[in-house]
Amino acid sequence: MSILGTRVLRTEDPRFLTSGGVYTEDVVDERLAGACHVFFVRSPVAHARIGGIDVSAALSAPGVVAAFTAADLGDLAPITPGPMFNKQMARPILAADKVRFVGDPVAIVVTEQPYQGEDAVELVDVDYDPLPAVVDLAAAASDEVLLYEEAGTNVTGTFGDSSQLDEHLFDDCEVVTTRTILNQRVAPAPMETRGAAAAWDSSGRLTAWIPNQGAQGTKSSLARLLGVPAEQVRVITPDVGGAFGAKFGADPEHALVAWVARRLGRPARWTETRYENLIAMTHGRAQQQTVTIGGRRDGTVLAYRLEIVQDAGAHVRIGAMLPFLTILMAPGPYQIPRAEAIAKSVVTTTTPMGAYRGAGRPEATAAIERAMDLFAAEIGMDPAQVRRRNLLPKFTEPHRTKFGALYDTGDYAAALDKVLAVAGYDELRREQAERRARGDTVALGIGLASYVEITGMGDGEESPPQENATVEVHPDGTATILTGTSPHGQGHATAWAMLASDELGIPVDKITLKWGDTDLIPEGGGTGGSRSLQHGGAAVQQASQELIEIARERAASELEANAADLRFDVGRSAFEVAGDPDASVPLAHLAEAERLVVRTVFTAPGATFPFGSHVAVVEVDTETGKVVLRRMVTVDDAGFVLNPLLAEGQRHGGIAQGAAQAFVEEVVYDGDGNPLTASFADYPFLSATEVPSFELADMQTLTTYNPLGVKGIGEAGSIGATPAVQNAVIDALAHFGVRHIDMPASPQRVWQALRAAKENA
Amino acid sequence: MQVELFVNGQQRSDDVEPRLLLVHYLREVCGLRAANVGCDTTSCGACTVLLNGTSVKSCTVLTVQAAGQQVTTAEGLAADGELHPVQAAFRQEHGLQCGFCTPGMVMAAVGLLSENPHPTEAEVREGLEGNFCRCTGYHNIVRAVLAAAGTAGAAAGGTADGERAEVGA
Repeated sequence: MSILGTRVLRTEDPRFLTSGGVYTEDVVDERLAGACHVFFVRSPVAHARIGGIDVSAALSAPGVVAAFTAADLGDLAPITPGPMFNKQMARPILAADKVRFVGDPVAIVVTEQPYQGEDAVELVDVDYDPLPAVVDLAAAASDEVLLYEEAGTNVTGTFGDSSQLDEHLFDDCEVVTTRTILNQRVAPAPMETRGAAAAWDSSGRLTAWIPNQGAQGTKSSLARLLGVPAEQVRVITPDVGGAFGAKFGADPEHALVAWVARRLGRPARWTETRYENLIAMTHGRAQQQTVTIGGRRDGTVLAYRLEIVQDAGAHVRIGAMLPFLTILMAPGPYQIPRAEAIAKSVVTTTTPMGAYRGAGRPEATAAIERAMDLFAAEIGMDPAQVRRRNLLPKFTEPHRTKFGALYDTGDYAAALDKVLAVAGYDELRREQAERRARGDTVALGIGLASYVEITGMGDGEESPPQENATVEVHPDGTATILTGTSPHGQGHATAWAMLASDELGIPVDKITLKWGDTDLIPEGGGTGGSRSLQHGGAAVQQASQELIEIARERAASELEANAADLRFDVGRSAFEVAGDPDASVPLAHLAEAERLVVRTVFTAPGATFPFGSHVAVVEVDTETGKVVLRRMVTVDDAGFVLNPLLAEGQRHGGIAQGAAQAFVEEVVYDGDGNPLTASFADYPFLSATEVPSFELADMQTLTTYNPLGVKGIGEAGSIGATPAVQNAVIDALAHFGVRHIDMPASPQRVWQALRAAKENA
Repeated sequence: MQVELFVNGQQRSDDVEPRLLLVHYLREVCGLRAANVGCDTTSCGACTVLLNGTSVKSCTVLTVQAAGQQVTTAEGLAADGELHPVQAAFRQEHGLQCGFCTPGMVMAAVGLLSENPHPTEAEVREGLEGNFCRCTGYHNIVRAVLAAAGTAGAAAGGTADGERAEVGA
């Protein structure tokens, strides 16, 4: 029986449970002996000119080794925005003449001991000449106050423009409704903050330990920021305590730690504080969306328009790019005859925007799912019925959308029907009606979301997605796998071992996975965008199969038989001559005379499109506005499930993060650009009391894009759960006339929406 | 100043700065790095250890306050190479992903179960409210604690239509 599809417990768990993972701060290595500690002085104001920086007091404080400002960094080039964005928005790696957000690094203090650094950063005196903050998106777009004067605008990039919109888009619609909604800014907040350790050897080569999502990409970013050839950089990935999209590549701080180590000629380390993490690690989401939806009173949607303003934060990073994916996925799982979407990304005096679990796709789903409910409310039809009427019918041949996405396989109505059945939708509606009839002050809300998302993207159709794997069988019967993916909680050590075990007959606990060291594994795409299993896992399976074919030739000469007459018995991990089981040779034996190793590259034809439907059930106290999430029922179809334990774990985590955005979490700035959520005492990080146990239903629609039939599962939960919970809160109050509440649905917002609705009634 | 205390049953005597936090003492002086620092406001619980059997956040205890007391960390939980029942339950129920919150979460769970050996799901959730996890959505952590308490049958949710066949590897 194949091990694939079974609940194999994680091989990586025992050490995490006993001695704990070895995260960057935990790394003990002789190359780091005598390391100094790097601390960043960060701007306490959102927008200001720097009049001067005086580090003299800090330099004379106990344990201070050195202090640096932008003036010392002449050998580091400014960071310029990517190809689609305004080139004039370049910035130095440390703020030089201006700061643009609270948290912008302006100076470095280096100390012998960590506590000394915490004291000494307070002694750096920076003369700030304040400028008006630009927090509001409309204010940013008005260009009255510019973050980058040389750019002449705060708009860093556009994705289409309003002149392209069809003024007749909604002409034949019986009903049209429009609403501007906020997909608020949230913090990825991995439990492990950022960090780095860096050491240069006598030949001038850097070894950098950095928590990341792909060492190879981190190495190229780091080399680029430092202005050194890539071969002079080695990145080693220790255990990584969560990333959620925010640990791709290398950040300025990582490069500066390496720079300090080179400048001082001794190893250097940095561990970010949580305060720094919440103001200076990239944030996610932050889109203002105007949705307009129109159709017929029978529930048919005829037209949909999405206009996005993306808050890119103060520096142009991946976040400015998020609308690209939001637009690509704008129509979701629906067949809408006419749809259009445009966007612009603007800079503001806030923390730079980056990727966060879903990165652009949750925003697309949130917009269309909110629009579907607005439309359903407008025509007085059940939201499940409206969705069912407009979902694309089941397809098994790829379907090209108007926005250019090529959906591989899908059965969206089946996912919706299944989740409604498992949730007991009709019964929930009956209970809701009863509560309303008796005037219960605790209202019941039922929220739906159907989604399709994109996972495992390549760099366009000319550059299809791929990943490499190396599998080696050792004479002692163990095996080693090298992968270009980069696990940080996903369980690749177990899952990749299952794939190899299934081909090689070597037990899972005798297979070791290695990743994240660029000297050992020079190429790799890392882990993100829910790509790992469909590319990296497929590569492990392919390499294992190729290894068996090489071994077959060796077995043939060993057994003096024709290779075609040999059968590989996975159960015994041995080749045997067909019809003569006594004539056999173990696979491991074939690695004795010569290494038995295969490196291969798996190439996929394109991205895959997982889909699903979520039902959220909430109770809303109409007297206090308090929302309680009672149930989350989800169908998340990502094709074949290799290990249900791991796949469900990915869904659980995503659902919780998605739900958290809907009713708990939000990064808040005041009008002067001061962050009000800069610690875990202020940022409302989701806790165990705020979510229920989740109810997961299984559905597996295979893709043909890889032999396993798998799609990505890492972001499904965070894409479906947010609009399901938001829609549930609004649904609970629909009978009062409430049509929309922005996220997060805090007691204050809910109470205000309820009061406004009652006043209008 | 000199401080004497017991760490995982071993008596120790060390010269420490008065302001040295217990978590930094454990990590840097004792070399026990399972407990992690996840915040700076006593909010996240990644640094949770047991002090005389009661769970505490070691980022908010000075080393000198632990003088004369028994400190137990995740490293001291497993005996004779066997996982502690709470650790074993975390593995069995997939109650950990990236592992960063795990040592603190496990110690908080041990502390919780010593005070309330048979908690309900709601009591587990309340008991772990001060321990943050970003990966698991708490679902499998709650299952693990209930399983360790022998009350797994009380857990709501789970898979709606999948049985839980365990396959050893």
